[in-house]
Formats: sequence, structure tokens, C-alpha cells
Amino acid sequence: MKKLSKIYLGLVLFFLYVPIFVLIVFSFNTTKSRTVMSGFTFEWYLKLFRNEIIMESLWNTIIIAVIASITATILGTAAAIGINNMKKVPKAIVMNITNFPIINPEIVTGVSLMLLFVFFAARMNFEFGFWTLLIAHITFSVPYVILNVMPKFRQMDPFLYEAAQDLGCNSRQAFFKVVLPEIMPGVLSGFMMSFTFSLDDFIISYFTSGSDSQTLPVTIYSMTRRKVSPEINALSTIIFLVVVIVLVLKNVIERKSENNKVKVKGERV
Amino acid sequence: MKNKLIAAPYLVWMFVFILVPLIMVGYFAFTDKDGNFTLDYVADVAQYSQIFVRSIWLAAIATVICLVISYPLAYILTGFSKNVQSTMLMIVMLPMWMNFLLRTYAWMTMLGNNGIINTILGFIGLGPFKMLNTEGAVVLGMVYNYLPYMILPIYSVMVKIDKSVIEAASDLGCNPWKTILRVVFPLSLPGVMSGITMVFVPAISTFIISRMLGGGGNLLIGDLIEMQFLGNAYNVNLGAAISLVLMVIILLIMTIMNQFDNDDGAVLL
Amino acid sequence: MNNIVELKDIVVEFDGERILDKINLNIKDKEFVTLLGPSGCGKTTTLRIIGGFINPDSGTVMFDGKEINGLPPYKRNVNTVFQRYALFPHLNVYENIAFGLRVQKVPEKEINKRVAEMLKLVNLVGFEKRTVQRLSGGQQQRVAIARALVNHPKVLLLDEPLGALDLKLRKEMQIELKRIQQQLEITFIYVTHDQEEALTMSDTVVVMNGGVIQQIGSPVDIYNEPENAFVADFIGESNILNGLMIKDKLVEISGREFDCVDGGFGENTPVDVVIRPEDITIVPPEQAKLCGVVESVIFKGVHYEMLIDAYDYRWMVHSTKAADKGASVGLSFGPDDIHIMHKLKETEKSEEEVPDEE
Repeated sequence: MKKLSKIYLGLVLFFLYVPIFVLIVFSFNTTKSRTVMSGFTFEWYLKLFRNEIIMESLWNTIIIAVIASITATILGTAAAIGINNMKKVPKAIVMNITNFPIINPEIVTGVSLMLLFVFFAARMNFEFGFWTLLIAHITFSVPYVILNVMPKFRQMDPFLYEAAQDLGCNSRQAFFKVVLPEIMPGVLSGFMMSFTFSLDDFIISYFTSGSDSQTLPVTIYSMTRRKVSPEINALSTIIFLVVVIVLVLKNVIERKSENNKVKVKGERV
Repeated sequence: MKNKLIAAPYLVWMFVFILVPLIMVGYFAFTDKDGNFTLDYVADVAQYSQIFVRSIWLAAIATVICLVISYPLAYILTGFSKNVQSTMLMIVMLPMWMNFLLRTYAWMTMLGNNGIINTILGFIGLGPFKMLNTEGAVVLGMVYNYLPYMILPIYSVMVKIDKSVIEAASDLGCNPWKTILRVVFPLSLPGVMSGITMVFVPAISTFIISRMLGGGGNLLIGDLIEMQFLGNAYNVNLGAAISLVLMVIILLIMTIMNQFDNDDGAVLL
Repeated sequence: MNNIVELKDIVVEFDGERILDKINLNIKDKEFVTLLGPSGCGKTTTLRIIGGFINPDSGTVMFDGKEINGLPPYKRNVNTVFQRYALFPHLNVYENIAFGLRVQKVPEKEINKRVAEMLKLVNLVGFEKRTVQRLSGGQQQRVAIARALVNHPKVLLLDEPLGALDLKLRKEMQIELKRIQQQLEITFIYVTHDQEEALTMSDTVVVMNGGVIQQIGSPVDIYNEPENAFVADFIGESNILNGLMIKDKLVEISGREFDCVDGGFGENTPVDVVIRPEDITIVPPEQAKLCGVVESVIFKGVHYEMLIDAYDYRWMVHSTKAADKGASVGLSFGPDDIHIMHKLKETEKSEEEVPDEE
């Protein structure tokens, strides 16, 4: 039984990782062949770094992810506080609408935003590009922030705020000194989610970007549409490495803080 | 803290960028190019029923395969010690952090007639098989891309099942198989349900996977929509009508699924 | 009466730490046995060994005369009432109770009958269709008991079943559990850290500490004749002093000699002396061998609790009459009230500290 489950786990992991490793291996191939390794080279990596379109869209992606996730976090956290204090019916209405971009297929969200932008672009004389992308990214990010922050209010001791006021805080101090630290984990995970989703988004960006301002996934898409180019393999390898490093770091940090917590508790049950 | 106004910026944002765009989808679906009311486009969607059936069918197959692979995997994961669990989970989820265009591209290179799989098969005297540009390739792409969306919700529900409930089942006469059947499975149903929606919704609306792995011959709803907005077929009203029908289908499926689900919205994340 | 459960030289280690150190325990049929001790003493581990959830690293588990080491829980004729009830959240009250019978493929009619019996036994008639999450703690507790008992186990294991209930409900359930045990005539093995609960309900109390059994006996024995300072301290409140056994029936406490009833310790042996607070009478100083100053007086409802400083020891005295704070008083007790015990070995001494209740 134990052995069987290990074999099973191995098979699933094999399925998940083989395509990625194939990409990585052929990123070092001297020819464009995807089947035969003819020799080892860093040529594609150099080409990648010299590719202005890729570098520019990478820069765009990062800028948009940073601005969009910070804006979404502020907007969403404020929204969560307000929604939390709403009466039952308005709260339910707002939460249902907030859930829409999460439940809806991304293509529908993308198309609906495109329709809106097209409508206003004609009347207000602007073009698809940086601003439309940014608005789209903020729009699909805010719901994730709200959904991460809202539960923290439910978990929070409802008397904390009153206790802070009782001890002499005005409502602003009470919020920043007591409430904000309590909901901070939710705010942070909402921010992280927004940031990664923004970096990774293709479908919504595809419908809302202009020709002069593209994100990396949109550029990758147009690359895969054209001829075979091992630069994509090189790019995949780099992205994979970055992902591995970030996740390992995250895991190590989490485990460290968890171990510290255990040490503080210290008692065996 | 008691101030509801703090949610106002988001409420405005939500109205302009979530609600209005959706209303516009509805508006375009029921009007013609001059803005007059018409049912023509919604009626036209019926012409594409074959594509709808294919989309639902392929997405359903992919969802079932994902479920069959994920359920045992999630169960196996919960059997490991806490530390091993979090590491294994990270390893399983890691490929998801690669941009899905790259993951799909990887399969595209592997499945081709002179791709690595046919090359290997060729060594043992088989093939070459036509694998790329088939329905099978599309299903494979869906399974590969969305598998983690099935594993994660099932795992996170399963891991929360109280150990003592499992012990109680054993205490009351269940052998390990009966325990899975009578206790673990019913208790993990909410995870299964959200896993199904999380795989089915992106699968039914994808246009990347079908385009990259299905060639031109296996159009899905997503391709149809994309063609009306950004492709040669440019017809915004028809595109809006198709999007609307897609939304209704998904809403119907979600309602059915929600019958089984608890009010545990966090599982969706 | 036969032994229904026998544990022989049971050793359990976890992460190199000994949880149970050579436990030997015989439990008679139809007996109400309580395993009592502070958290981490090994009482729950002992229970889980009988239930089959843990296999001992060494030693033998006998059930009804047969060795059952390694037998999985679902093949054992014992059932458990879990600490947090562990009710199946996806099943209603009726289906929770019927669970074990359904697994055994008992005919529907019989299930109906037996579940109805159980509902009556635990006073839950009319609750069949309720979901278990909607029940109060006490009701969930009853479902858990019914779910276990419906299978007619020979032994019912109860792991701190009343720990999550409030005081009043706990008292009610204590009486009810005792009633159920006597009515069904089966063995109950009950784990608790609450000494009062143990004394009220049990036929036999097993006091455990540090993975070792400290004493086995009837509640009266355990209370009146604690075998060592740990038991004395854990059961009720006690004054535990260093003493010197001068010879049989003569002990020296705080430099004064007292007659007592114990013997067999040898001459000039250091011992632990236990005197219960309620056994001490306050008398005028001139009538007593021991005199002290009243440090504090607290009203406890039935009695006053006084702390009296005498010869570097702070005595606890329970009395219905209060002395004045600061007054000099004498302490008087008879030879029967002095309990002499062997000193614990140094290694065990360190574990004497009783951790706070969870």
C-alpha cells in the first residue's frame, strides 16, 4: 500500500515535470531541433536578453504588477472594512458582484472590459495600452484582496477595537495599532495573490492591451504563434528557476516562523 | 472602523469596471450594429451548437480525468507527516506557477510528428502517431494545466478532516476501505465540488489550449468568442451573445454544484 | 470475576521519550475503572492501546483471555467515546448512532430497534433527524455514547468525555454515565484528570504519573491511604511534610514526636508525612504540640481555608470555624490522621510537579 502510493505519486510528478524538463534541456541545444541534442550553448539566453520586445514587455509586466497589486490591496482592504460594517442585504449584493470576476471565465471578464474600453476609447479619444491594462489588472485583483481580508474580520475578537478605545486610542489609532495588525496576514496574502496573478495573467491582458504596451505573457503568446524559437525555452528555464527560488525561500521562511511558534508553545500534549 | 464610506472608492470601481462591462455584454448581445434591439445574435448562437457540445464534452472529460488522478493523490498527501506534506504540496503545485502558455507550448513541442515522444516511439519501431491537433491533445492540455486546481481544493478539505473522526470509523468497525467510502469521501465532497468547478470553468472557456494543441479543427467556445472580438470574424454583437450563453451555462453548472457545497467559500481559493 | 483486559509490561516510546514505562494493569469484567493523572501522564496512551489506535513497543495486551497485539480497532470488541466526540458531521443523529450497525450489515429492522433503544437510554428521543452540529455539547456527548454503546461492546473506553462541558452539566453526566454503566453491566474504562470525577464514579481508580502507575485502588483507599506523596497531593489537598520515622508508630514532624498508626519503615528513616487539611483541628496554643500564626483566612462556602505558618511549613487547614488572621493557634490531629509514605526516588521527584490542567 505504502509502496503503491509512492509509485503513484512518482507517476503524477513525472507527468507534471517532464514537459518542463524537456523545455529546459532544449534551451541549451545548439540547433533548433526539439528532439536531438546537438550540442551545448547559451546562445538562446544571449538572444533572449538582446530581444528588445521581450525585455520591454517584461518591464511592463513588472510595473503593472507592482502598481496594480498595491492599488488593489489598498482599495480592497478599505473595501473589506466598509463591507464588513454593511447591513446584511447590501453586503450580500456587494459580495456577489465582487465574486463575479472570480467565478466568471476569464475570457468573459476580458471581453466585457474590452467592450467598455472600446466604448470610451471612441468617445474620450484614448488608445488601448498601459492604462487599460492597469485598470483591468486592478479590477481582477481587488476581489482576491477582499476575499482574503474579509475572513480576518470574522476571526478577530470583536471587542479588540473597543478594548483599544477603552485604553485611550482614538478611532484612527485603534485602527492602525490594533485592527490593522490583526488583518495584516489577510492583506499580505491578498497582495501576494494579486501580484502573482497580475504577473501571470494572459487572457484578460490579451483583450485589454494595445500594440505598443504588452505584458510578457502576451508577447510569449505571439512568439508561440510564429516559428519555433528556442528563446522561449530559455525564457521558460529562467522563469522556472525564479519560481523555484521564490517558493523555496517562502517555504523556508514559513517553516522557520512556524518552528518559532512551536518553541514558544513548547508543550507536548 | 464603523465608517462605511471607506468602501466608497471600491464601490465606484466595482460599478464602473465590473457591473457596467457585464451590462454592456448583455446590451451588445441583444442589439445590432446600429443599437436597435434584436434577438438575431442570440438566436445565431444556435448555429454553433456543435462547438458548444464539443467544448462541454472535452471539458467534462478533462474534469473527470483530473478528478480520478487528484483524489488518490490528495489522499496520499494527507498520509505524510506535516513537514513532508507541505514540501510535497509545494512540489505538486510548483508547475502551476509557470505561465500556462509555456506549459502548453511544452506539450506542443513534445506531441508534434517530429516531437520527442514520436522520436522515442520511433526507436522501438512504433509510430509516428498523429498526436498534435487532435481532441486528445486538447484534453491532455486541459488536464495538465488544470490538474493542480483539482488537487488543491480536495487536499485542503481532506487535510481538515478531524483525525478522530477517522479513528471513530475504525472504532465502529470500518476497515480502511470502508472508512474512505463511508467517511472520508462524503466529508471531502465540498472539495471535490469546488475542484470540479475550478477545472471545468477554465477548461470550457479556453482558447489557448485548443489553438496550440488542437490546431484549427477543434474550435472551442473560447476560440469562437476570441474570433468575434480580435479575429477575422470580427462581430462584437455575436461575440457578446456567445459570451452571455457561456455565462448562463456556467452559472447553471455552478448552481448545481453549490447544492452539494457548504457555505465554505474559502475552499474556492 | 474474570479479567476482561490485561496489560502486561506495556512500553510505549515516542521520539525517544518513554510515554509508558512497563505498565501492568488488570481490569475486571463489568468494572468502572478510571485512569487518573495530570496531562502527559500516559493515561490517554493507555486507553488508545486498549482501543487499538496505538501499538505498544513492547508488552502484551490481552482481551478476554486472548492476546490482541496488532489487532486493528475495527476488529476489536471495544468502542470509544472520543474526547471531542468525533461525531460524523455529514450524518444526522440517527445515522451517527446507526453507523456501526450499518457497517456490520445488520438488518434495517434490527437497526431501527437498537437505535431507538439507545436514544431512550441517553434521553435523546425525538432528536433522530437533527444534524449533529446543531446539538449542544451535552447532547453531542450523548450521541457519542449511544453511537459507541449500540454495538454492544464488552468494554467502553471514554477519553475525558466530559472535559468540554460546563460544571453543572458535567455533574449531571457523571451520574448518568454511572447509571448507564450499571444498567448495561459492561466495563467502562474512563480517562480523566479530574480527581473528583474519578472518585465519584469509579469502582477502581488507577493513578498515573510520568508513564508509571502510582497506585491502584478503590476511591476510598486512594483518598485515605495514598501510597506516595504524588497520589496524596493529586487527590484532594494535602499537607506534605518531611518526617523522620523514629521507630514503628512514632514519627518526628517539625522536631516534635507524634504517635501514628503506621509501621514497617525501619528506624530513623526519612519519610513523607501527609495530613489532610480537614483532619486538623484548631485549638488554643497551650493544648497543642504544634503552634503557628494564622496567615490568611478565605471563606470557601462550606468551610474556611486557613494558611497557618508553623516551623517553616505553611499548613493548610479546613475548618467550619474561622480563626482570626494574625492569631497564634495550635494545630491538633490524631494518630489516624497521620499518613506515612516512602519518599519518592529522586528521579521520580522531578516529575512530582503537577502541570496545570489543559
